Amino acid sequence: MIFHKCDRTEELKVIAAEIRRQVILSLAEAGSGHLGGSLDLADIFAVLWFHTLQHDPHNPHWEERDRLILSIGHVAPVLYASLALSGYFPVEELATLRKLGSRLQGHPGKDHGLPGLEASTGSLGQGLSLSVGLALGAKISHKECKTFCILGDGELQEGSVWEAAMSAAHHQLGNLVAVVDRNGVQIDGTTSHVMKLEPLADKWKAFGWQVVECDGHDHQALMEALCPAREPHQQPKVIIARTVMGKGVASIEGDYRWHGRAPSKEEAEKFLEELQHVSQ
Amino acid sequence: MREYQILGHADTRSGFGEGLLAVGKQNPDVVALSADLTDSLKMDAFAKAFPDRFIQVGIAEANMMSMAAGLAIGGKIPYTGTFANFSTGRVYDQIRQCIAYSGKQVKICASHAGLTLGEDGATHQILEDIGLMKMLPGMTVINTCDFNQTKAATIAIASHAGPVYLRFGRPKVPIFIAPDMPFVIGKGLMLQEGNDVTIFATGHLVWKALQAGVILAQKGISAEIINIHTIKPLDEECVIRSVQKTGCVVTAEEHQRNGGLGDSIAQCLALHHPTPIEMIAVNDQFGESGKPEELLVKYHLNTPDIVAAAERVVGRKI
Ligand SMILES: [Mg+2]
Repeated sequence: MIFHKCDRTEELKVIAAEIRRQVILSLAEAGSGHLGGSLDLADIFAVLWFHTLQHDPHNPHWEERDRLILSIGHVAPVLYASLALSGYFPVEELATLRKLGSRLQGHPGKDHGLPGLEASTGSLGQGLSLSVGLALGAKISHKECKTFCILGDGELQEGSVWEAAMSAAHHQLGNLVAVVDRNGVQIDGTTSHVMKLEPLADKWKAFGWQVVECDGHDHQALMEALCPAREPHQQPKVIIARTVMGKGVASIEGDYRWHGRAPSKEEAEKFLEELQHVSQ
Repeated sequence: MREYQILGHADTRSGFGEGLLAVGKQNPDVVALSADLTDSLKMDAFAKAFPDRFIQVGIAEANMMSMAAGLAIGGKIPYTGTFANFSTGRVYDQIRQCIAYSGKQVKICASHAGLTLGEDGATHQILEDIGLMKMLPGMTVINTCDFNQTKAATIAIASHAGPVYLRFGRPKVPIFIAPDMPFVIGKGLMLQEGNDVTIFATGHLVWKALQAGVILAQKGISAEIINIHTIKPLDEECVIRSVQKTGCVVTAEEHQRNGGLGDSIAQCLALHHPTPIEMIAVNDQFGESGKPEELLVKYHLNTPDIVAAAERVVGRKI
């Protein structure tokens, strides 16, 4: 099944649920991977791919398309599900995730020819720099397209993210939008325990960014927040999206141990049932 | 044998600067990024001619490398400019993940390589960069020998598909390659034909090898001198063809023996044509402060060292 672009929250809710379903199915089939973050980004990805992004699944190389860089490459399943449900490749291909010869690498790998994938990512701290390069190139060429970058909150502990943040403001990249998946957890525990990030909004403001904080599961709020900053500001924009790891599957919500785990087949069945209760 | 004429003296980085300006005029997709070393890399002329295509990134090399990859995704041909140590070791993961993996059109241009950086000392004298870069799948690695070759290489790499590491240096050195000599990526350049020993040289040591050839001729040893400017992909056919004639080899480079040109040639010969070999290179040491010429003497990268190595290796022939 393929979904088309929409701007009604009722439809986005159905799409987000389907993204979550595909994430659970593909990870259970793969037997390894990162479930927690892939689930918590489903609402953001539903809004991005089915509302905000200017893109054409039938013409993945369309020059004027908006670009999305998934800096946290480990949540690849949510990107793959969104691309498949947009029509870039058959939904059945999601079952090849992480398998030998698959176009769906464990972390996104551009060499494997997956339509709609813009870059190889996964080594944390580099995606915002890639996005700055894309946005700056578009600006130099007077193109209208926008660049969106998905960052993890734990990832913000990498110093190079702030090199990139500084440069985006310096080069006045109003065509750049970063989204921080603020789920408050990382592999070793909570971000406040491992390496605290607050005051996070103030940090971005101090680096010259326009900051919007919102509920990362509220489709209406996300549709409004994800619009790029407009001239004359020419300021890059960051959405600090408060999310809950594992969102949609009540029994694992907020549990950081699901950062790097995939469900077994039995767990997947149970999670899909929980998911159905939510979406009804 | 022919003696090479010195056409003048210049730093190879100035050849890069002129080449960058020229390729900028030829190709509107070329953009240049500098990490606060615009003047040191001689990128000023490009910055002045093409302000919209010159990107100052400040002292933030990690950002520069991934940014360059982003520019390449959007269709640009980015040239990054900083010192060789900041172009490689500091940013290895950015190059590996963002540039080498998926073969981006990024040209990593690295000045002040090797001991001949001189007085600044070991912190800045990287001698491991060729090895770091040649390990990366799909990375082309070039080390140029004079102003003209550096200029020609800078222009040539724009139309080469995929990532390139272009290594050059700081001091003024003799110019001896003709200005109209075409730069062919991946092809060894025959500088002098000979019969008794082949000297494969790269970078600043090419001129030293030519001088060694003159002395060897006086001693009755006919040296074939080949400039291997492209260390990867190595021109194996050229290497094997010469060695089949001469039967022994000296390699010469301003780099660690581990991971350098000598290491690549030894691997090629061990696999295809086992041959006695001597290597002129730094052997598992850091450099230090001093004048470039003093350092080349102290670390045994000088003309007499190449002569002695050639005499030794000729004696090892069966
Ligand atoms: Mg997190």
